[in-house]
Amino acid sequence: MSRSAATASGYNFAYLDEQTKRMIRRGLLKAVAIPGYQVPFGGREMPMPYGWGTGGMQLTASVLGQDDVLKVIDQGADDTTNAVSIRAFFERVAGVATTTATAEADVIQTRHRIPEQPLRRGQLLVFQVPIPEPLRFIEPSEEETRLMHALEEYGVMHVKLYEDIARHGHIATTYAYPVKVDGRYVTDPSPIPKFDNPKLHMAEGLMLFGAGREKRLYAIPPYTRVESLDFEDHPFEVQQWEAPCEICGARDTFLDEVITDDRGGRMFVCSDTDYCQSRVEEVA
Amino acid sequence: MYVAVKGGEQAIANAHRWLADRRRGPRQTPELEVAQVDGQLRLAVSRVMAEGSLYDPELAALAIKQASGDMVEAVFLLRAYRTTLPRLAETLPLDTAAMRIERRISATYKDIPGGQVLGPTYDYTHRLLDFLQLANGEVEAPATADAVLESCPQVLELLDAEGLIEREEDDGAEPYDITRDPPDFPVDRATRLQMLARGDEGYLLALGYSTQRGYGRNHPFAGEIRLGMVEVEIAVEESEAPLCIGEIEISECQMINQFGGSRDAAPQFTRGYGLAFGHNERKTMAMALVDRALRAEELGETAAGPAQQAEFVLAHADSVEAAGFVSHLKLPHYVDFQSELELLRRLRREHATRCAASSDSGAGVDTDIDATTSVDQAQEQQA
Repeated sequence: MSRSAATASGYNFAYLDEQTKRMIRRGLLKAVAIPGYQVPFGGREMPMPYGWGTGGMQLTASVLGQDDVLKVIDQGADDTTNAVSIRAFFERVAGVATTTATAEADVIQTRHRIPEQPLRRGQLLVFQVPIPEPLRFIEPSEEETRLMHALEEYGVMHVKLYEDIARHGHIATTYAYPVKVDGRYVTDPSPIPKFDNPKLHMAEGLMLFGAGREKRLYAIPPYTRVESLDFEDHPFEVQQWEAPCEICGARDTFLDEVITDDRGGRMFVCSDTDYCQSRVEEVA
Repeated sequence: MYVAVKGGEQAIANAHRWLADRRRGPRQTPELEVAQVDGQLRLAVSRVMAEGSLYDPELAALAIKQASGDMVEAVFLLRAYRTTLPRLAETLPLDTAAMRIERRISATYKDIPGGQVLGPTYDYTHRLLDFLQLANGEVEAPATADAVLESCPQVLELLDAEGLIEREEDDGAEPYDITRDPPDFPVDRATRLQMLARGDEGYLLALGYSTQRGYGRNHPFAGEIRLGMVEVEIAVEESEAPLCIGEIEISECQMINQFGGSRDAAPQFTRGYGLAFGHNERKTMAMALVDRALRAEELGETAAGPAQQAEFVLAHADSVEAAGFVSHLKLPHYVDFQSELELLRRLRREHATRCAASSDSGAGVDTDIDATTSVDQAQEQQA
C-alpha cells in the first residue's frame, strides 16, 4: 500500500467538483434501484481520452472517500500502462492510498476483468464500459434500443446467438457476453471474458459500470441474479485451458497466452497478476 | 522463466520526456511563442476554440503549441480544461445583426444595404506558394476606409420582410445544455446546433458536401456569411440594461434553401444555420448545410441521405469522442483477444475433425451448406 504525499493543487478532491459527483451518485442510486438499467448521466470531459476509462474514472471519483484504498487493473493486471496511468491520476488528484492486493482494496476500477478472488461485502468494483448497449450491434439507433428495453423485446438477441450456433456450432461471443440482470434487463457486462460472467451472479460486492463517451451508467447490486443468455440445448459455458498457469499452477483462472519465441513457443499464465503472485507466495 | 512485465510507470514517464523533446524540436531554432501562434496562426486558433467550445485565443494557442500542431489533440486539451471551469453566468443571446463587421458577403444579391465586404479572405488568392515567406518578407499594412461601415442588416431579414423566407422566432424555451446533460435522441434543433457547433470541421464538411452531391440535396444559396466582433452581454439584477462583458469574434453563415409549403401554407424559402467562434467560414457553411439536412423530417422531406440521419450525424460529430474511441484500440486487449483465440482454435479443431470424418466415410456431407441454410431461416424469422 502506498500513499502519495501531495495532491494536485487547483483541483477538487478526486478531480470532479462536488456538484458533478453528487449528480453522478444520484445516477448511481437510480442504477442500484433498477439493476441492469442504463441510466443517462451528464458525463464530463476528463483529462484522459474517451474510450480510455473516462466513465469508470468518473464513477470512481464520485464514490471515492479520503480513507478508501484504491486498486486499478486493466486486463487483470495492475501494471498494464493504462492501469498505471489511472492509478497515478487518482494518487495525484485524490491522494488516496493505492494497493495491488484485491483483498485490501475498498474500490477496484477494472477494464476487461473481474478479479479471481471473490468480492467481499462492502467492496466496490467499477467497470470501464466502451459500449453500454448490448443491443447496439443488432440495432444501431438509440431511440430503437431504448424502446426495445422498455418493451423487454429481447428476441433479436436470442436470434443472434442462434445464428452463431447455426454457423459455427457454438455461440461465437467470447467476451462482453450478454446477461440478464434480475430477470429483467439484458445488460452488457463490459468486455470481460465470458469466463468472468459467473462472478457477476449473486456477488457480495457492489458492481458499478460507467460509460463516459456514451454517458450511461448502470449497476449490479450485491446478491443479484445474473444469468448469461443461452439455450437449453446449448447451455452457457466458459473458456477452458488444457494446461495450468505456468507460474502458480492454477487450473481455475483465466490465462493469458504469452509468446516466448518466434518458433511457435508459448506459455499460459494467470491474467490476474495479484492472484497469481499471492498463490506463489503461499507456496513459498 | 517468464516474469510478468513491470515498469510501465517508468516507460510512460520516459515516453512523455521524449515527447516534450520532440515538441521543442531542434534547439538551434527559437522556441515558438504562444503569442506567435495566437497572432499568426489565427485560423488554427479559431478552429480549436470552436471545437473546444471555449473562447480563449491565448489558451487555444497554448493548446496548439502543446499539441505540436495536432488540432484534434489541441481541441481535446482545451475541452478538458473547459470542463473544470465554474459557470458564473449565462449570457443573453448574441445579436449578430449588430456585429462589428470585418467581412460580410451575400451570394444571393449583387448589392445589399451595407455593401459586400470581402475582408481578410483566402478567396480569390491564387494558390501559389509564396517563396518570399521563406525569407520572412515585410508585409504592408492594410488599406483602411475613411468612414465607418453603414449598418449591415441581415440579408435574410430583407427576405423576411416580404414573407419569402420562414420566420425564426425565439420560443423562449430553456435550451438544453449538451455540456451538462446527456443527449436524449431525438433532439431538438437548438440541441442539434450545439452539437454541430463543436463538431469536427472535416466531418461536417464531408457531410455538407454529400448533400450537394445528391445525398439529401437541399438546394442551398449562401444568403449571407459574416465575420466580425459581437458584444457579449449578461443580465444583472442591479441593472435594467444588460451589461456588456466584452466582445468575441464569430463567424455566421445563413443558407437559403428551397421552399417548403403545403395547401395551407404558402411556399417559403427555408433556412440552414451555422455559427462558430473566431474566423471559421468553411465550418459554418458546412454546419449550415448539415443543419438544413437534419431538418428533413420537420419539413416533411424523405430522409434518405446520411447527412439527414440525425442520430448518425450527431453521435459521431465530436472529434474528442471519436478520436478517443478510435485510439483506445491501442490499449491492451489481451483478454478479449485470448477469448477469441480460444474459440477460433476450438472451431478449427472441430472443422478439421469433421473434414477428416467426411473424407474417411467418403460420403462428403457438407455441414457448411446446412449451416448457411439455417442462418437464412433465422434471418427470415427475424424479418
